[in-house]
Amino acid sequence: MPTPRLKIENLFCERDDRVLFESLNFEVNAGEVLQVEGQNGSGKTTLLRILSGLSRHFEGDIYWQGESLDDCAQDYRESLLYFGHQPGVKAVLTPRENLHWYASMHPAIDLAKLDYALEKVGLSGYEDSACHTLSAGQNRRVSLARLYLSSAPLWILDEPFTAIDKRGVAEKEVLIAAHAEQGGTVILTTHHELAMGDKIRRLNLDQLAGTL
Amino acid sequence: MSDTVPNQPADSGMVSEYKVDGPFWGALKRDLLLSYRRKSDLVNPLIFFLMVATLFPLGVSPDPGFLADVAPGVVWVAALLATLLSMDSLFRSDFEDGTLEQILLSPQPLYMVVLAKVLAHWMLTGLPLTLLAPLLGVMLFLPADGMSGLVISLLLGTPTLSLVGAIGAALTVGLRKGGVLISLLVLPLYIPVLIFGSAAVQGAVTGLPLGGYFAILGAMLSLGLVMAPLAIGAALRISVSG
Amino acid sequence: MAEKKWMPRWFYQLASPRWCYEITGKLLPIFAIAAVATLLVGTVWALAFAPADYQQGNSFRIIYIHVPASILAQSCYMMMAVAGAIGLIWKMKVADMVAKACAPIGATIAILSLATGAIWGKPTWGSWWVWDARLTSMLILLFLYLGIIALNSAIENAQTAAQSTAVLALVGLVNIPIIKYSVDWWNTLHQPATFTLTERPAMPSEMWVPLLVMVIGFYCFFAVAMMLRLRNEIIQRERRSSWVRDLITG
Repeated sequence: MPTPRLKIENLFCERDDRVLFESLNFEVNAGEVLQVEGQNGSGKTTLLRILSGLSRHFEGDIYWQGESLDDCAQDYRESLLYFGHQPGVKAVLTPRENLHWYASMHPAIDLAKLDYALEKVGLSGYEDSACHTLSAGQNRRVSLARLYLSSAPLWILDEPFTAIDKRGVAEKEVLIAAHAEQGGTVILTTHHELAMGDKIRRLNLDQLAGTL
Repeated sequence: MSDTVPNQPADSGMVSEYKVDGPFWGALKRDLLLSYRRKSDLVNPLIFFLMVATLFPLGVSPDPGFLADVAPGVVWVAALLATLLSMDSLFRSDFEDGTLEQILLSPQPLYMVVLAKVLAHWMLTGLPLTLLAPLLGVMLFLPADGMSGLVISLLLGTPTLSLVGAIGAALTVGLRKGGVLISLLVLPLYIPVLIFGSAAVQGAVTGLPLGGYFAILGAMLSLGLVMAPLAIGAALRISVSG
Repeated sequence: MAEKKWMPRWFYQLASPRWCYEITGKLLPIFAIAAVATLLVGTVWALAFAPADYQQGNSFRIIYIHVPASILAQSCYMMMAVAGAIGLIWKMKVADMVAKACAPIGATIAILSLATGAIWGKPTWGSWWVWDARLTSMLILLFLYLGIIALNSAIENAQTAAQSTAVLALVGLVNIPIIKYSVDWWNTLHQPATFTLTERPAMPSEMWVPLLVMVIGFYCFFAVAMMLRLRNEIIQRERRSSWVRDLITG
């Protein structure tokens, strides 16, 4: 049996005296898309923040390719693309400048396809306008353009489709499916009904969190 | 189909037209660019610096002899407070727009990124304060002999203030009302810099050799450069995690 | 790998608070008796039997409170920072709680040290406050304590609060020698050496033995106060665990 790409063992997390999940175990392999489901307050974002390494308020073990996350933090960060609630886009910079900065922070981001990526997220013509002149959805697209630029195998995407129009969502879905097909791994939360429904594994947190 | 699989590495033969900066330069250039686009934030600490120094003649006495005596301390205290005032914003906007999360998840060394951000902060507050200080010195009748001591001591001392202040900023970035709290955390830690900084100016006025003062200020700066980014990084991880 | 980690995790996260609660329960009466005994003996000895100072008369006797308080305020900070570091590095919950318990006690003791210093100053220097190097350093130490308490109470999540305070306490620990050195230096710059409360020429044994007793008494008192706060904190944080429930109901 091959080592699972990401393995979660006995994860326990509580917030404000409420247990969000307890003895949570699951594995994600190369080529898989895992959708984390649950109602508001079930701990979807918390789980994604724990998996990304941002939140350390948990007990249990997380293994990346068989190694404990504490022991391979550097390797893990190189392999990870995280898209959070806040898009991480500076309002006074242009989309191009924002992505340039992302490239300096993450070697997996390849700027050679920058124009292509901005075109794919529907921002051609806006490359050099300050982001505060763009809409909320466009700001999130700036950050989503990283999906076209990054060669990181693991994508953790928290509500990537919020404020994105239908066509945009469909394109991102194709992209996510393609990433999985090439051996990538995607963990995401979303309120959208995904068209690739049958190819996705689902993890429901409601029962664990008691928000059912 | 080709445009659905775009994430292959670029052809090895193709030379990228984009030059990618290292983490240090990337962060430094970005923070400088950000404040260049929001120029008002740049001058606020300077105006504050001028105003605080104006309060002393008004509040105590405009007598030149008296002002000359207190000038080293007043300029230093004003510079310290102005630095402190600008500290809260160092990580706050990064925290609010999600940039800080991306910095912490980056495989690049956090030490370098933090150092670059603090350096940018110093270039935008500490350095202008230092350059403006002689003007305050003149307004407070600081003898001309003291000017060089004033400028050099601020040049060596204000980076330490930025480094130590950044620890406070990192610890309070997750809190909505960080401003006053930062002062409580950081002011006691500023005391050694204040003591040796203002003493250097006084020493310059009375014609003492200044090497010792600058050596101590330099030693504190070196210690800060080595240790503070570690504390700042740890504090940022804790704040974002919480 | 899992094998290696199992033991500490079990030890730190499950057993520690309960074990700590039980062991402090046993130690508490011992230290309480020791504190009362040494403080009583020390106080009577210091006030009634120790000889008066040949320069300062009876007013010097306040050192029997001032000196132990000053020593304790400093070691309490040290302990808080070390406990914080242990909590930070090994994620040991009890160490976090010890650090949290230390801060208010240390601040109170620092205030006691400052107050006794001020009271001593009136007959000796003729004013309630003098910018003496030691008093100034103690005042700054109090500021450091107050900063730590303020930060701890501003952060709602207990774990984040403990970790943030630990970082701040460690930064303070690195700074304390620098602060002390600079304040001492500043002091010699601004006023010639005068009386200081604690730098005394060789003290005769009739004077320092009761002082030693008082120092021990203060440490015992600190242990008692710390354990009381620690037990309180353990019960509060572990209130949903079964052993605390059993403790309360039965």
